[in-house]
Amino acid sequence: MSAGTNLEVGAELVTQRYVVRRSDLVRYAGASGDLNPIHWSDRVATEVGLPGVIAHGMYTLALAARAVATWTGDAEVVELGAKFTAPVVVPDDDTGVEVEVAGTVASVEDGLATIKLTVTSSGQKVLGMPKAVVRA
Amino acid sequence: MPVDASLVGRTYPPTRPYTVSEAKVRELAATTGADWDGGPVPPTFPIVLAFEAMNAFLEAEGVELARIVHGDQKFRYERPLRVGDVLTAALTVASVRSIGGNDVIGTTSEVRDVDGALVCATSATLVHRGAA
Repeated sequence: MSAGTNLEVGAELVTQRYVVRRSDLVRYAGASGDLNPIHWSDRVATEVGLPGVIAHGMYTLALAARAVATWTGDAEVVELGAKFTAPVVVPDDDTGVEVEVAGTVASVEDGLATIKLTVTSSGQKVLGMPKAVVRA
Repeated sequence: MPVDASLVGRTYPPTRPYTVSEAKVRELAATTGADWDGGPVPPTFPIVLAFEAMNAFLEAEGVELARIVHGDQKFRYERPLRVGDVLTAALTVASVRSIGGNDVIGTTSEVRDVDGALVCATSATLVHRGAA
């Protein structure tokens, strides 16, 4: 399915919300092969100076990519990236933490749409300059 | 400092060939709550290969994974990944800087198919945290 006609310059895409719990991080660790203990062990995370267990930056980016897929009807992604500027601290409880993915269509040219993303958790931006370029 | 500027420009041997399987794509998609049913392979999938290349690099240089925090990641795709692709990733150290007691290591990894064609070029910044 192509990106269709919803990707017009300036279009604000519907904010997507995802809840992240410890169990999601364990699942992501196993699936991705990223077994860094800062993503599942409070002891190790605090030993290296982090506030607690943090989500894999790539997990947050995977959620952002899922939002892009939802908005564009699974359009082909030709570019995706972000800086991991602030950690998403995931508490050891049943509630977890929410990650919000908002997006705006920044440009459409030569058959490619650039979507600028805003990814926040607990009111703070957690990704720096996240963006996706899709075939429109 | 386990990583120093003498490594800049070094390319590590490619990872062993990796076959993209339906089961793995579904498993990774499910981590985000998505129910993958044979559509496009999610664009973050090549991290599986990039991560293997990064682990080999860290092991070769004696760097402890727990001291690494991911600073950024970018992917540029020459074509979408497909189930059945047999891929390798080769990591090159692009830069090493020391900032506030941390080593900031810039890496690039090229993901290629069995014919040697570039499928995805990815870059990652790895922040090696000094003693807390």
